[in-house]
Amino acid sequence: MKQILILAYKLLVNDKGKYFALLVGTTFSVFLIVQMTSSFAGILTKASATVINIGASIWVMDPAATNSVLSNVPMPDYVLDAVRSINGVKYAVPLYSGTALVKLRDGTYQAVSVIGLDDSSLVGRPKLLEGDIDDIFAENGFIVVKDEEFPKLENPKIGTDFELNDYRGVIVGIATVPTGALYGTPTLYTTYYRAITYIPSMRFTISYVLVQPKADSDIPYIKQQVTRLGYLALTNHEYQNAISSYLEYKTSIGTNTLLMTIISFLVGLSICGQTFYTFIIENLEHFGALKAMGAKGRELVYVILFQAGFTALVGYGLGVGLSTLLITAAKLRLPEYTSRLTYTNLSLAFLMVLIIASISGYAGVRRVLRIEPFEIFRG
Amino acid sequence: MPKAAIAADKLNRWFGVGEARTYAVKEVSFEANWGEMLYIVGPSGSGKTTLLSMISGILRPNSGSVAIDGRDLWSQSDDEIADFRLNTIGFVFQDYHLFPRLTTAENVAIPLILQKRNWGEALSAATQCLKIVDLADKAQLPPTKLSGGEQQRVAIARAIVHQPRILVFDEPTASLDGETGRKIVSFVKAEILTSKRCIIMVTHDSRIFEYSNRIMEMEDGRITGFQQGQTV
Repeated sequence: MKQILILAYKLLVNDKGKYFALLVGTTFSVFLIVQMTSSFAGILTKASATVINIGASIWVMDPAATNSVLSNVPMPDYVLDAVRSINGVKYAVPLYSGTALVKLRDGTYQAVSVIGLDDSSLVGRPKLLEGDIDDIFAENGFIVVKDEEFPKLENPKIGTDFELNDYRGVIVGIATVPTGALYGTPTLYTTYYRAITYIPSMRFTISYVLVQPKADSDIPYIKQQVTRLGYLALTNHEYQNAISSYLEYKTSIGTNTLLMTIISFLVGLSICGQTFYTFIIENLEHFGALKAMGAKGRELVYVILFQAGFTALVGYGLGVGLSTLLITAAKLRLPEYTSRLTYTNLSLAFLMVLIIASISGYAGVRRVLRIEPFEIFRG
Repeated sequence: MPKAAIAADKLNRWFGVGEARTYAVKEVSFEANWGEMLYIVGPSGSGKTTLLSMISGILRPNSGSVAIDGRDLWSQSDDEIADFRLNTIGFVFQDYHLFPRLTTAENVAIPLILQKRNWGEALSAATQCLKIVDLADKAQLPPTKLSGGEQQRVAIARAIVHQPRILVFDEPTASLDGETGRKIVSFVKAEILTSKRCIIMVTHDSRIFEYSNRIMEMEDGRITGFQQGQTV
């Protein structure tokens, strides 16, 4: 078997023109598939940025608001007390999440996301790069996240002040978070009380109740009790999935990405399928000669499947490498570039390239199995 | 009594159905012996290549039988017939059918590769065969860099590399000038034909008739006569 596969390899790669065309087709297809799905994965991750950055085990929310952290429906204070009274809850704290316009020192306005942390515990606080966390309790204290949106606040330093609804705000700390936000706005952290004071809100003010269970085994019971209250409790992972599902199935982002991925697949399939089929047709007399000399049908099938599979694997490697290079280069130049390579993306691209190879190989196998050595003999 | 190398009995092969049925080979019976170089000659369309295909395990006859060294060929399974072609027959095709993307040595090694022999061992044996056909210095060239006569010799080397007992040549001199054709056939008779080997050659090149042991004439799918080669 090994000898025949070496022969298959030589017949493939020594036909440099065709082999190059096959590789270009596969590489281009994988590149497009990986680019599209990586961009989508990046969007999904950034859409869940607050959930990831706050890191609470359980998020209690109004069931009508699971699409995004910013589109929450405020809950009354008694929900917090009721959740705290559920057996299995270690602690529960309120969280404010909203948007506001801040007036910068040069007189311009900039939209920001504001996160209000529980005043007594500061659960969900970011990691500070500069400043002291206790200063958040100082008058007008805000912590700014140093991410790709940071320059939009004119690269503030500790002590930089701004105006928020006629209130003065002062930067008392500069922080970093695991994931930057999707919506292109800088993020400010402050205390819950200051957030609801500075930002006009509705009758109810609690965006989320963050819950820490005593044990993981308590989670189902807590979720059940929260449901009985008429609210929804989601684990961190479930909430991220809910946000992802919304983007995937209820916005045009998911549909467009899916369409582009399918188009990339079809482009790859048509280029590779056509080129590989042409490759087989041009070598048909050689396959016939091999058959006449004693090669069995299944051995010729192995030859073709090896050639299709080898091309697919090399093209896959090149496509993934090219995508990685481009994403890395783009992130160096454009920090807000939203793209993320995940095992799911890579697996999807691998699956698609295998389908491309299978369909291309199948067309070739059908043709080769039909050839009669007698036709070769007759010339 | 030694068995014939090839014994064909009442072979029939037709193409088409109903009124369109045309006999390519009709009621053909003959024997070829070990140590013999048998020519099959006749005009185009006389059934030479069809007959050659049936006795070499390539084309199944509609009726009749072929025995190779006493063993019935067409009662075997497809895999067994493929093995028969691989181990017992050496083919020299009319258009050579060399692989342009492989080197000359790799081309010659193909039957050994199909026999699942080690790649290095196969190349070594192929190089030895190229020495026999006086092309050892061209082993690393692609066949496209060789002349027609050289390509023919590569095809012969490929046909003998796995030591087959029966060699089948289809119009071996069709693409060669008279001098080169004679040289090659003379070489085949002198160097390749042995008492344990049988060579069947389809040709209509009368310039090489002198090298045959026996000539079988065909017309309209039937055998019309046998003659001794040198006497033609």
